[in-house]
Amino acid sequence: MFRNVAELVEIAENENIKISEVMIRQEMDVKEKTREEVISQMEKNLSVMEKAVEEGLQGVKSHSGLTGGDAVLLQKYLEEKQPLSGELLLDAVSKAVATNEVNAAMGTICATPTAGSAGCVPGTLFAVKNRLNPTREEMIRFLFTSGAFGFVVANNASISGAAGGCQAEVGSAAAMAAAAIVEMAGGTPQQSSEAFAITLKNMLGLVCDPVAGLVEVPCVKRNAAGASNAIVSADMALAGITSRIPCDEVIGAMYRIGRAMPSAHKETAEGGLAATPTGRALEAKIYGIPMKKE
Amino acid sequence: MKYKSVFDIIGPVMVGPSSSHTAGAARIGRAARNLFGKEPAWAEIHLYGSFAKTYRGHGTDVAIIGGLLDYDTDDQRIGKSIEIAEKKGMKISFHEDEAATDHPNTARVRIGDGVEDLELVGISIGGGKAEITELNGFELRLSGNHPAVLVMHNDRHGAIASVTQILAKHEINIGRMEVSRKDVGKEALMVIEVDQNVGDYILKELENASHILQVAKIVD
Repeated sequence: MFRNVAELVEIAENENIKISEVMIRQEMDVKEKTREEVISQMEKNLSVMEKAVEEGLQGVKSHSGLTGGDAVLLQKYLEEKQPLSGELLLDAVSKAVATNEVNAAMGTICATPTAGSAGCVPGTLFAVKNRLNPTREEMIRFLFTSGAFGFVVANNASISGAAGGCQAEVGSAAAMAAAAIVEMAGGTPQQSSEAFAITLKNMLGLVCDPVAGLVEVPCVKRNAAGASNAIVSADMALAGITSRIPCDEVIGAMYRIGRAMPSAHKETAEGGLAATPTGRALEAKIYGIPMKKE
Repeated sequence: MKYKSVFDIIGPVMVGPSSSHTAGAARIGRAARNLFGKEPAWAEIHLYGSFAKTYRGHGTDVAIIGGLLDYDTDDQRIGKSIEIAEKKGMKISFHEDEAATDHPNTARVRIGDGVEDLELVGISIGGGKAEITELNGFELRLSGNHPAVLVMHNDRHGAIASVTQILAKHEINIGRMEVSRKDVGKEALMVIEVDQNVGDYILKELENASHILQVAKIVD
């Protein structure tokens, strides 16, 4: 069983297999399941992600009214205009936003690795799909590669906003997506690890400060940032750029930063954007309570 | 290692909005329901830390009650679970507790039905994964690496032997075992970590052994 990214990459290199294959074999081993069982369970998750994106692109609205409809605006903009940031990137952003809008509306999603960060992995997968034309199996492998890296973070640091801030959620999700994009684009296991490290480095220190304690503001837009960060970092790694700080040390840094973060910035709705005048006013309106003062 | 499966990371499939505050909370509720073995008539939920601060926005309340109704994380009825439970006559109360806890997402679930009651402390550690840290006042130190059988029993001679004999008969190997009791001759708890999965028919057999009150298993 791999305990860190270095071991994960080493197994893949030594056995000359992909990261996704390392994860599939470990899952079969740990859960005493056949390859078919493991693959078909992941395919179910993939279908849930596809449905969520579809639903979000139709347009949804959360109960609070804070989020919803932005994925539709982005798709419309993509159809009518030439986006400055590039079609693939903005398509990924719109699909990440779609997923998180469905999540905020209490629709059905697949946590990757969490619900609040569920947009990054499917958003990038379905956008990159249009460029790389992967087989169904390659799309399923994308999720195993993401999962392999997320597995290391969950065990060696945290994937919980309450324990480690948003860097642990959207930061991890974006980095997982970057690693999987690299594999799908034909990069090496080491390049996946570089993409992961570069992405997470750029998300270090991100706090979890949800307005009114809802997984809406700023969570939905942070998934947009996570998806774009993932694609850019994957391109950097595929270009041959490496991270000066090794992947496992970046994960360690993320863990320590999370520990040092005040609880006001770890999913308590007591600090950051949640404590802005507008954040407090929205909270008061949603719950019908007097406005909290600092 | 706390997380063992890739499906702890890519998953669960769930109703939004939060894996820790909704899906993990539902799993804590469902663990209580499974250990209790039936639908409770009343539920008293204490929330701590981030759970206490943000439970309304995250639907932690409906998720825990959904779990008590035996709903899985992707059950669309979770959103209306409190309504449904109250219609069934369940008395529900929520308490925001200021006490400091080791984990920011901690819930204490007390449930009962006039005949029996149960108290459990669960933590939601992220990505929808939950751990039970306390049962009926007994601290649980589960490694989480193996399936575990929890046996509430009366502190009488032979109670432990009868349990281990049944496990031996079914070729279940015990990796770690811990027995604690509240007082001599009073309620006691066996925590047994095993190498093999324990089938429901074995649990039934354990339940029927003498001095055994409640049996439940925790699978990873």
